[in-house]
Amino acid sequence: MNQDELLRQLYDFTLVGNAPEVLSLTNQGLAMGLGPEMLLYEALIPSLEEVGARFERGDFFVPEMLIAGRAMAGALEVLRPLLAETGAEPIGKIVMGTVKGDVHDIGKNLVNIMFEGAGFEVIDLGVQVSPEKFIDAIKEHKPDIVGFSAFLTTTMPMFKANINALQKAGMREQVIIMVGGAPVTQEYADVVGADGYASDASAAVVRAKELLSQRRALARA
Amino acid sequence: MIACGALGGHIREIAARRGWAIELHCLPSLLHNHPERIAPAAEQLARDLQGRGLRVALGYADCGSYGALDSLCERLGIRRLPGLHCYDVLAGPGRLRAMFEAEPGTYLLTDFLVRSFRRSVLAELGLEEYPELWPDYFGHYRRLVWLAQSRDAPLDAEAAAIAAMFGLPLTVIDTGTGGLERELELLVGPMPPPLEHLTGSSPPPTAPDGLVTRRHP
Ligand code: B12
Repeated sequence: MNQDELLRQLYDFTLVGNAPEVLSLTNQGLAMGLGPEMLLYEALIPSLEEVGARFERGDFFVPEMLIAGRAMAGALEVLRPLLAETGAEPIGKIVMGTVKGDVHDIGKNLVNIMFEGAGFEVIDLGVQVSPEKFIDAIKEHKPDIVGFSAFLTTTMPMFKANINALQKAGMREQVIIMVGGAPVTQEYADVVGADGYASDASAAVVRAKELLSQRRALARA
Repeated sequence: MIACGALGGHIREIAARRGWAIELHCLPSLLHNHPERIAPAAEQLARDLQGRGLRVALGYADCGSYGALDSLCERLGIRRLPGLHCYDVLAGPGRLRAMFEAEPGTYLLTDFLVRSFRRSVLAELGLEEYPELWPDYFGHYRRLVWLAQSRDAPLDAEAAAIAAMFGLPLTVIDTGTGGLERELELLVGPMPPPLEHLTGSSPPPTAPDGLVTRRHP
């Protein structure tokens, strides 16, 4: 198998969520001397982006997203230490969590995978994360971005509660705040005073990079 | 009445018992997994029915449409059931809030969900094809609460089987359908005039209980 064939197959097997094949092709690719970045950026990430696009179009539903996400996560396990070895600094650090009172986390987990694939360091606080827990994590990890995920009408108000808590702790300006989840809209994100919103995982990465470079440019100025 | 398939059976029973002259149109309950499709489907049907001169009401709560059903109601001058979802209507929003505050990892069942669990949950979420996804979906749940409308032995057994599948404790709350009936009463208002007076033509064929039920694919 040549390089193009391998990348093509890696893309195809990720798309259908065949985790054992994805893992074996990842190892094969590395054995052929392909860099971890190439496997990520020329097969795995584009494939997961296509999964997201098919979900948006209604061609895929949640299980297809989940199995593809799982397959990609398996490859990341192998690639993560290699990426660390290359000495490349993560392009940013993000703390993520599903807000207090909510245990929906499929969307958040996919966002995490895409962030990690894009070269971010991701600290996942899991589900039902209280404002205090977010604050402690920000103190401990000093992230560039903090992401709140919510899926229920009754838990969306936790965005505002989290932001208020950050304000009270004098930490609001330290971090970029991004919000998302099925019921969330740009309008709602604006109302609660978040810095960014995205409707899916690939858009979240694009938006995060934008916000990050804006902030870094500002810091340099 | 345009209703969610999950409530259709109850609405039909209540309307028959109360002698309401309503035409019941059920949309598939599975639309809940694609809530952005609920309002467009309801709108098309509502416009058709209004075109026939009928007064229309929605047997839906917000149901994850995140306001889309409310704006539909506003546009067409119609009303819906109150609350965020049918659980609010069946058990009361206060009771539900308390339940989720006490244990956010609560998964709710209704008679409909107990009966259709395999089809509407296991099959829809791909758990029959990929049982390994179970922890991705349900790993964070701590208990099941069954809001029961009318229990019987087979349903009890089904619910127990579902709880065993989760390996979680099951709490049963007998809500009945009183809450739904009160809300429907408000929705249909004072007894509407018989169909022929509204449409000026002969009513569609009725079932023996005087009710017309249509299912929409
Ligand atoms: C799958 C699902 C479940 C699974 C959740 C499994 C899990 N571990 O997460 C199960 C079956 C367990 C479940 C349970 C419940 N659910 Co549910 N669920 C859904 C469903 C069908 C899909 C959600 C989903 O995972 N989508 C797939 C992901 C990939 O998409 P996404 O979530 O939108 O995420 C993307 C973006 O939003 C974005 N994003 C997400 N987070 C973030 C964060 C940031 C920072 C950014 C930038 C972006 C971002 O990127 C993601 C990836 O592209 C929705 C309906 C729907 N179609 O939305 C209902 C839905 C959300 N559920 C609902 C309800 C009511 C419940 C239950 C209460 C039902 C019950 N019987 O008890 C319980 C919740 C109990 C509880 N304690 O929380 C309602 C909510 C209604 C409301 N008004 O609040 C919905 C809308 C269904 C409906 N129509 O009624 N549910």
